[in-house]
Amino acid sequence: MSDYISHDHEHDGIDRRGFLHCMAWAGTGLLWTISGGVLASKTLAQIAKAAESLPATDLSFLQISDSHIGFSKEANKDVTATFKIALDRINAMPTPPSFLIHTGDLTQLSKPEEFDTFDEVLKSCRTKDVFYVPGEHDVLNDGGKFYRERYLKSLEAKGSGWYSFNKNGVHFIGLVNVLDLQAGGLGQLGDDQLEWLEADVKDLGTSTPIVVFAHIPLWAVYPQWGWGTSDSERALGYLKRFGSVTVLNGHIHQVLQKVEGNVSFHTAMSTAFPQPAPGTAASPGPMNVPAEKLRSLLGLTSVKYLQGKSSLAVVDSNLS
Amino acid sequence: MTLTHWNKRTALLCGISFLNLALFAIAGEMKDVDSATAATKNEIVIKDFHFSPETLTVKSGEKITWINRDEEPHTVVSVEKQFKKSSALDTDQEFTITAGAPGTYTYFCSVHPKMTGTIVVENP
Repeated sequence: MSDYISHDHEHDGIDRRGFLHCMAWAGTGLLWTISGGVLASKTLAQIAKAAESLPATDLSFLQISDSHIGFSKEANKDVTATFKIALDRINAMPTPPSFLIHTGDLTQLSKPEEFDTFDEVLKSCRTKDVFYVPGEHDVLNDGGKFYRERYLKSLEAKGSGWYSFNKNGVHFIGLVNVLDLQAGGLGQLGDDQLEWLEADVKDLGTSTPIVVFAHIPLWAVYPQWGWGTSDSERALGYLKRFGSVTVLNGHIHQVLQKVEGNVSFHTAMSTAFPQPAPGTAASPGPMNVPAEKLRSLLGLTSVKYLQGKSSLAVVDSNLS
Repeated sequence: MTLTHWNKRTALLCGISFLNLALFAIAGEMKDVDSATAATKNEIVIKDFHFSPETLTVKSGEKITWINRDEEPHTVVSVEKQFKKSSALDTDQEFTITAGAPGTYTYFCSVHPKMTGTIVVENP
């Protein structure tokens, strides 16, 4: 098969035809090709319908993020209620997801009572398996000790709490990039974690779908606001050879996506409060919106892996 | 006012002579929000993910207070671990230290490390 670049407008070594060709080769679904790698949002009813028709061998899981239990300021005075609504939406799915991934900031201030409330509310969720990575709000005063003792009990987590596991042939990697941060810097993985990651994926075949999840984006979303990870390039270097890599992050409380080679990056909405789009305010932080608009800016992310297709479909839905 | 000012100076001078032994270090302590006692002149306001002023010059022995005016928690951590770090400061919470030996001290917010600041401590 002849592959050549006919229109390289951006001098990045890829044209539209080549891009679509690659995407087709990677087995991406209709959603991906329609919008050139940027996914459209669907209503939860649509997701529910899609989930219903999933064969048992396929895998669907749900990403939930930034619940910030304990926050009670103007941007959302009842984050527990909106967290509950998100869980209700999960419970309403005809086929429940196999498991949840929470990409951090469970709590606002790492207080034990906030974690207790989080756990209490989570009990209402039909899906019981939850995999966590910490946000900076979960490790504020003790370097993450409390978080690790409570949420990584059943996992063989290493170092400050990173780990990997396999489900339906997909290799999942949970990374920690909110600890031991350096003055002036961004999120950070650190040498120990990077060495572990290199070894963790070394023996995997390149056709193994990879899902990486971490709190702070593993791409430079907006470094001026600290929305990036200083050593994420090294991590992605170890994952380059894989045909399908999906990176799921939280932290920025809004959906942003990027495709780079075989790696697709995705950030999720929060269940607590929105944050401004990069560079559109004096600083990041809780954004006040009219009450009737709030739930349209909160949400969760459904991810599906269809066997035989090497990439994953990532679909966001809001809580309105 | 003058009297208060005089009292402060006296207290400060007494403090300095008493704190001779503390001159090689800055001692940190957490303080609860209490605006009545927060009438410090060396105040650093944390707002919109910035320390303001970014550089503050004080005399050895003086108190320095940070107050968080963001809705996001922040911390105050010495880059070289030269003074005790604050715990996470929620909205309107304060953190106070006493300036120690003359020198330049850089610090940052360990939650949002892009946020950095400098304290310059001079001889009294």
